Amino acid sequence: MSEETAALKAVGLGLRYRRRRGHVLRDCSFRLPAGRVCALVGPNGAGKSTLLSLAAGLIRPTEGTVHVLGTGPAEARERFAYVAQDKPLPPQLTVAGTLRLGADLNRARWDAAAAGRIAYAHHAPDGDRSGSLDPGARIRSLSGGQRTRVALALAFGKRPELMLLDEPMADLDPLARRELLGALMGEAAEHGTTIVLSSHIVTELDGACDHLLLMGGGRVRLAGDPEELVAAHTLLTGPARDLTGHTVVESRGTDRQLTALVRPGGPPGDDWRTAAPSLEEVLLAHLRNPGAPDLVTEGTVNP
Amino acid sequence: MVEYRIDRRSGVATYVQIVQQTKQALRLGVLRPGDRLPTAREVVEATAINPNTVLKAYRELEREGLVEARRGLGTFVRRSLGSVPADRSGLRARLADWLDEAHAEGLEREDMSALFRAALDEKYPEEQR
Repeated sequence: MSEETAALKAVGLGLRYRRRRGHVLRDCSFRLPAGRVCALVGPNGAGKSTLLSLAAGLIRPTEGTVHVLGTGPAEARERFAYVAQDKPLPPQLTVAGTLRLGADLNRARWDAAAAGRIAYAHHAPDGDRSGSLDPGARIRSLSGGQRTRVALALAFGKRPELMLLDEPMADLDPLARRELLGALMGEAAEHGTTIVLSSHIVTELDGACDHLLLMGGGRVRLAGDPEELVAAHTLLTGPARDLTGHTVVESRGTDRQLTALVRPGGPPGDDWRTAAPSLEEVLLAHLRNPGAPDLVTEGTVNP
Repeated sequence: MVEYRIDRRSGVATYVQIVQQTKQALRLGVLRPGDRLPTAREVVEATAINPNTVLKAYRELEREGLVEARRGLGTFVRRSLGSVPADRSGLRARLADWLDEAHAEGLEREDMSALFRAALDEKYPEEQR
């Protein structure tokens, strides 16, 4: 792979809390090239939020390092935007006041039009503007979904090189989700913004992301281009039981028939029927089988 | 201007869907030489797909000589796929008659489509890839 700049890079990154026994995150190494749209997926408690908080510099790792835009999180602070899951915003401010505050804090790069589009534009077909925000409304009076809109408007207004979004879709309705995803893709198309967004629903991001990090049990289980990750796997079905030569992610079956998701180590024998798995099948098989070996496709790890 | 409709469950790669829909628009005269294709930004805002997917589709169309990218201006149609003329030959009208007949025979939409497909495949089999 060429020596592109990594927007986000982790080397042996880990975090453990003293009081709890295990690691929240351990031995994470990956590299996210600039300009990618990365889905950070995995079940609850997998370490997604921890990884994003470490990248945003909110917490410090106990092991390893994280590089953001070629430097440390603190040094890169003005160049990335982070939207936390709980979206902390000053409750007494109005929507317009919050955006003004954003403008004051980011004088050099603030893009009022971009922020306004996220906060105020709403493209319902019949001109219904119920989803758009009243500039004079106080933050404390807003619903969860409306707060998310304000938090995202701040992130867009900052015109960042990298967006770190923790579950940005969780409390949005389907129309707003679609609009947000469209707006994010528009940013990526226009400005080459690198976007990392976490979700536990992968189908929602299918087609939008060109990079994927699957977290499970505090580890990076899969990393790379989703198409490459899927292409590395094959579903085998057949009466045979011999899977030697293949890396088995999961195998299930009875005495008569076995179904296995493998990374083929060569052409499978004639007694196997083969099929291409879906992205979801590949992800779920890895989550069901914590012991299955991790896979990081070429180009993702690179010093 | 074409609007792309992406079917995520179709099993057809997204960039291929864009290529196919563009060609369809060229065949039907919805797109004509000189027309501008929507920008990557316009497409992704409407469809929420990755921008690289749109660029890949446009590159493919460019490789086939159907469109050309003009720096800073956009991507423009170079030539049409003019095998369906403005129905001077009455082909479309005769097909419409055929559909009426099929409907009268009690065929459903999918039956008609399957029948057409079968006849087409028999007469002009798709090239092996």
